[in-house]
Amino acid sequence: MKRVTRKKIVQALGFLALRAAMGLVLAVLFLFLYDIGSKGAGSISWEFLSKAPRKGMTAGGIFPAIFGTFLVTVITAFLAVPLGMSAAIYLNEYAKQTRLTRLIRLSIRNLSGVPSIVYGLFGVILFVNIMSFGTSILSAGLTLGLMTLPWTITASEEALKTVPNAYREGALALGATKWQMIRTNVLPYSVPGMLTGTVLGLARAAGETAPILFTGAAFFLPFLPRSLGDQFMALPYHLYIMATQHHAILQVRPLAYGTALVLIVLVLGLNMTAVIVRYRLRRKQR
Amino acid sequence: MNSAETAIKIRTRDLDFYYGAARALKKVSVDCHDRKVTAIIGPSGCGKSTFIRTLNRMNDVIAGTRVDGEILIDGQNINAPEVDVVELRRRVGMVFQKPNPFPKSIYDNIAYGLRINGMRDRRKLEETVEKSLRGAALWDEVKDRLDENAFALSGGQQQRLCIARSLAVEPEVILFDEPCSAIDPIATAKVEDLIERLKSTYTVVIVTHNMQQAARVSDYTAFMMLGELVEFDQTEKIFTNPANKLTEDYITGRFG
Amino acid sequence: MRKKRRSGLKESAIKAFFFTSGILAVLVLLGIFLTLVATSFPAFREIKLGEFFLNTRWDPTSPEKAEYGLLSMIMSTLMVTAGALVLAVPIGIGVAAYLSDVAHWRVREILKPVVEILAGIPSVVVGFIGIVLFGPAIAKVFHIGNGLNALNGSILLAIMALPTIISISEDSLNAVPRAYSEASLALGASRWQTLVRVKLPAGLSGIIAAVMLGMGRAIGETMTVLMATGNARSFPHGFLEAVRTMTANIAIELGEVPYYTTHYYALFAIGLVLFVMTFAVNLIADVVLNKYQEREQ
Repeated sequence: MKRVTRKKIVQALGFLALRAAMGLVLAVLFLFLYDIGSKGAGSISWEFLSKAPRKGMTAGGIFPAIFGTFLVTVITAFLAVPLGMSAAIYLNEYAKQTRLTRLIRLSIRNLSGVPSIVYGLFGVILFVNIMSFGTSILSAGLTLGLMTLPWTITASEEALKTVPNAYREGALALGATKWQMIRTNVLPYSVPGMLTGTVLGLARAAGETAPILFTGAAFFLPFLPRSLGDQFMALPYHLYIMATQHHAILQVRPLAYGTALVLIVLVLGLNMTAVIVRYRLRRKQR
Repeated sequence: MNSAETAIKIRTRDLDFYYGAARALKKVSVDCHDRKVTAIIGPSGCGKSTFIRTLNRMNDVIAGTRVDGEILIDGQNINAPEVDVVELRRRVGMVFQKPNPFPKSIYDNIAYGLRINGMRDRRKLEETVEKSLRGAALWDEVKDRLDENAFALSGGQQQRLCIARSLAVEPEVILFDEPCSAIDPIATAKVEDLIERLKSTYTVVIVTHNMQQAARVSDYTAFMMLGELVEFDQTEKIFTNPANKLTEDYITGRFG
Repeated sequence: MRKKRRSGLKESAIKAFFFTSGILAVLVLLGIFLTLVATSFPAFREIKLGEFFLNTRWDPTSPEKAEYGLLSMIMSTLMVTAGALVLAVPIGIGVAAYLSDVAHWRVREILKPVVEILAGIPSVVVGFIGIVLFGPAIAKVFHIGNGLNALNGSILLAIMALPTIISISEDSLNAVPRAYSEASLALGASRWQTLVRVKLPAGLSGIIAAVMLGMGRAIGETMTVLMATGNARSFPHGFLEAVRTMTANIAIELGEVPYYTTHYYALFAIGLVLFVMTFAVNLIADVVLNKYQEREQ
C-alpha cells in the first residue's frame, strides 16, 4: 500500500509541475497582452490612427506606418499566395516520390528556417540591386513574399491533404482529366483552408522587421508613398524606431506603446480569425 | 449458355502487375463477355481488386506500379502509348467499395461527369440526370430533393447514386469493386437487382468476397488466389462442378 | 479507342506550370546560398579566414586598423541561444506533456490556439517588452544599471522558441502508439510513470527535432536580440553583460555601411555564417524527424 501512495504523490507532484509550466506560459502571454493593452490604449485616438507623426515624431499619429504595412503585405500576398498554392498543388497532386520531390520538400523545410535577416540580405542583392527596384515597397514586399513562401506552401498542402482521395478517384473514374479533377473536385474543398493558412503566414510577414530594414522601410516620410517604387513607413519598423532610435525615447514611450498595440491587434486579429476559421473548417470536415 | 453467343469485350493476356518489387498479379488471362456479368472472387489479398483496377488504369495513380502483359478492350490494348486514359475511364466506369459521392447536391453529382465532358445544355443535363437516376433505380426516391447534399442519402442510396453517376457518362463497361461491402443487406439486394438489369446494356465486372453474391449475379466467375487465376468458367460450372480442387475448397468454405 | 485528345497538351502545360512553382523553392534556397557566397567572397581578399573566425575584435570603422573578428559575436549568439534553450526546453516539454497527457481534451482544444497566439506576436513587440518590462525587472533583481543584456535576450528568445518546441513535442507525444501506454498502464504503472518512462523516451526523437528547430529560430532571430541585449561589441563573459549577436550586428551596421566595401562584404559573410549554422541545425532536425517518421511507418 505504501508504494501505491508514493506513486500517487509522485504523480501528483509531476502533474503539478506540468501544470505550472502551462501556467507560466499563459502568464507570460497574459503579461505581454496586458502590458501593451493597458499602456497602449491611452495613446489610441482617431488622430493617432489617421494622422502622420508631427514634431519630430513626438506627437501625431502612425497612419503612414499602417498604410505602408498594408501596402507591403499586399505585395507579399501577390507573390506568396499564388506561388505557395501552386507549389502545394504540385507537391500534393502531381509529384511522385522521386529524389527531386524529396529535394523540393527539403528545400521548403529549410527555407522556413532561414533567418529573416538573411532574407533581408538576399532582398538587398536580388531586388534592390540586381533587379534595380531600389529600396522600395516592391523590394520589401517581394523579400517578405519569399520569406512567407514556405509557410504558404506548407499551409496549402495541409489543406489539400484534408480532401479525401475518394473524391479524386471518383472524378478520375468518370473520365475527368487530372486538371479537371483538381479544379472541380479538389480545389473547391481546399481553397478555404488554403486561404486561412496563408493568412496566418501573411500576418507573420506583416509583423516582420528584419527583412524590410534595408529593402525599403524608412525612418520617417513626410508624405505617403505614391508608387510601389517609393520607400515606406511600416508599423514594426516604426515601433523599433520609437523604442530604440528616437532622440527622446522616454518622452515618446506612450506612442511606442500605442504603435505596439496597433501592430499586435492587427497581427493577432488576422491570426485569430484564421485560427478560428481553420478550427471550424476542420470540425466541419470531420 | 455458350461463350460463342456473345462477343468478348475485355480480354486480358498474361497480365502481370507489380507494386514496386511486389508482384500482385501473375499471368492472369480472363475474358469478359459483352453484356454479361463477370465476377472475380477469391480470399482477401488475392489481387482481385488490383485486377479490376487495371481495367480502367486506376492503378496509374499509385506511385511505383507497373503492368506487363495485355489488356484488350474491343481488341485495343489499353496500355498502348497512344491511348487516352481519360477517354478510357469515361468508357469504363467504376463503382468503388465505399460509396464516394462528392460533397455536392445529388443533381450535381450526376451532372459532374457530363459537365467535365463538356455538356452545357441545361435541358440535356436534366434529361440525362433523370435517365441515369432511373437507370440506377433511385429516381423515385430522390426526384423531389435533387438539390440536397448527396451525403444526406443512406449508404445504399449513396452507392446507387455512384452507379447513376457512372451511367450518366454512357460507359460501355462498368466495374464494381466490392460494391456491397459497406452497405446493409437490404441495400445490397437492391444493388444486386440493379446489376442484373444493367447487364442488358453494359459489360459488367464485379469483384466480391461474397460467393453467394457471385453466384446470384454473375454469368462467369474467375477464382483468384495469391495473384494467380485458379479457374475461370461459367458461374454455374464453377459453383456446381469446379475443375480445380482449390476452387472447390474455397466455394465450399474450407478456407478464405 | 479514340486517340489522345488535344487536352493532353493542355494537361502537360498545366503540370509544367505547377512544377515550376514547386521547383522555385529549391531555386530560392540555392539562390540565397549562392548570393551570400558571391557577396561574401570579396571580403576575404582583405580579411584572413583565421582572423574572421578567431579574432574577438570587430571594429571595421577603426581609423587605425580595421578589424574583422567574428568570434565575440558567434559566442554571443551561442550564449544567448543556449540560455534560451535552458529555459525553453524544460518548460516547452512540460507544456507539451501537459497538453497531451494531463489536460482534458476540451481544455486542450482551447489552450492550443492560445499557445499559437504566442507564436503570432511579432518579434519587434517581444523586443519592446524586453526593453520596457524585463529590462527594468532584471536591473532591479540583480542590482545592475540596466537590464539590456544576454539574460534578457535569452528569456525573450525562450518565449519565442516555446511555441515551436511545444507544438512539435506534443505532436511526437501524440504519435506514440496508444498500445505502448496501454501496456504500461496495464502493468500497474501510474500515468506519470507511463509518461516519463514510456511516452517521453518513445517520442524522444520528435522532441529532439523540436528543440533543434527552436534552436534554429533562436540563432536566427534578429529584432528581439537587437533591442534587448545591449549590443556591446566585447567578448561576452556572463549573462548579465551586454552582448551583440551576429544578427544584431548585421541589422545595426548594414544600414550605415557604404556599398561594395570590405565592411559591406563582411556583413554578408556574417549572413553566410548564420545561414550555414541554421541550415545545419535544421538539417539535423530534419534527419531526426525523418528517422522517427520512418520508424512510425
